[in-house]
Amino acid sequence: MSVLELRDVSKIHGSGAAQVTALRNVDLSVGPGEMVAVMGPSGSGKSTLLTIAGSLESPTDGEVLISGNALSTMSADELAALRRRSIGYVFQDFNLLPGLTAAENVALPLELDGTSARRARAAGLLALQRLDLADRAGHFPDQLSGGERQRVAIARAVVGERRLLLADEPTGALDSSTGEAVMRLIRSACKQGVAAVVVTHDAQAASWADRVVFLRDGRVTDGTATPPGPESLLAPGPGR
Amino acid sequence: MSVRHALLALLAEGPKYGLQLREEFEARTGEVWPLNVGQVYTTLQRLERDGLVESDGEPDAGPQKSFRITEGGEGELTGWLRTPPDLSSPPRDELVIKVLVAVRVPGVDVHEVIQSHRRYLVELMQQWTRLKDDEADFDLSVALVVDAELFRLDSVIRWLDTADGRLRRAAADGPAPAPAPAAAAAATAAVPRLRRRIGARR
Repeated sequence: MSVLELRDVSKIHGSGAAQVTALRNVDLSVGPGEMVAVMGPSGSGKSTLLTIAGSLESPTDGEVLISGNALSTMSADELAALRRRSIGYVFQDFNLLPGLTAAENVALPLELDGTSARRARAAGLLALQRLDLADRAGHFPDQLSGGERQRVAIARAVVGERRLLLADEPTGALDSSTGEAVMRLIRSACKQGVAAVVVTHDAQAASWADRVVFLRDGRVTDGTATPPGPESLLAPGPGR
Repeated sequence: MSVRHALLALLAEGPKYGLQLREEFEARTGEVWPLNVGQVYTTLQRLERDGLVESDGEPDAGPQKSFRITEGGEGELTGWLRTPPDLSSPPRDELVIKVLVAVRVPGVDVHEVIQSHRRYLVELMQQWTRLKDDEADFDLSVALVVDAELFRLDSVIRWLDTADGRLRRAAADGPAPAPAPAAAAAATAAVPRLRRRIGARR
């Protein structure tokens, strides 16, 4: 079963002359352990797709299912619980709370979901440890480098039993080697079974994905096939 | 890629046999540039003729013949390493030509042409990245070659994105280019015109 499924999703912002269609009849399915990158120019609907996939806004038409459950049938409380338990978000500007340490930031979603502070903190520390950040657990965000902040954000996104990771330009504010380290972490979360959707304009970040879909004017216009093995790199390609 | 200078670089480490040079060349370039043994011996003969390497053993010793770099060869190698490659003029890039032609040919959607190339390049990048992902601890030379290839492909995609945006803006701003019988020739003439303007010789 897909972790995330968008069925014929459309989103219209505003009305009348100010009406803007952000998404048009989008179908997208992401399985466990799969990373899908969404590429497209500014204004193509990438971020809207991500916020709808993460239940942060509702589609005008169509249906979003997470682990087979249709979001349209859920109450506001059920949606909030789903967001806390099943979905992790990673943003370009990290979105860490400045007054909390790295460990507290990571543990926060669990605490909000009713896990005891002690257990949440232990799970947070474990997530930081997996990302080689155990020695930064007591640091505040402004004491961390950009790469470290993004790793903390990824730890927060995968802490607990999250099955879906949604990342909006996760490498946008980072240099290329730190960006690569971040994509390796997302890839490694996928190898543990997490499904990921990464919105990016950066082809190097997108190339870590199993599949890349191209969005333009709110429509999925194209997509890559599953990449063949690296041995094909030595074979002559089209036009070569 | 200069096989001549690659062989000099390998010989700068110490004397080597022809077959050994071929194996080491392929290993150091991440096996991305396969080299046949005939190329190795032809290049070695020319290097020897130019006094840049010396061999011991009889002229017909074949694979048993060992080569070493001379002082002249060392000078040639260090000079080559510090000489920038000629990047001063635009290369005759087939992809650029195809996009220029696609703009002019009636009935062709240049944006579809651009997208088909963009998709192919992203797929290629996925393969290179998979290589990086599969072999996290791989050889430094391979890592450098993979990075170089990813950056090269990335820059082509960025150009396609920019071209796509420029063409959309141009279409929104004014009338589309009029189709003409010699449209393709006119489009391909853009690159030579540019070369003339910047004084490039190629």
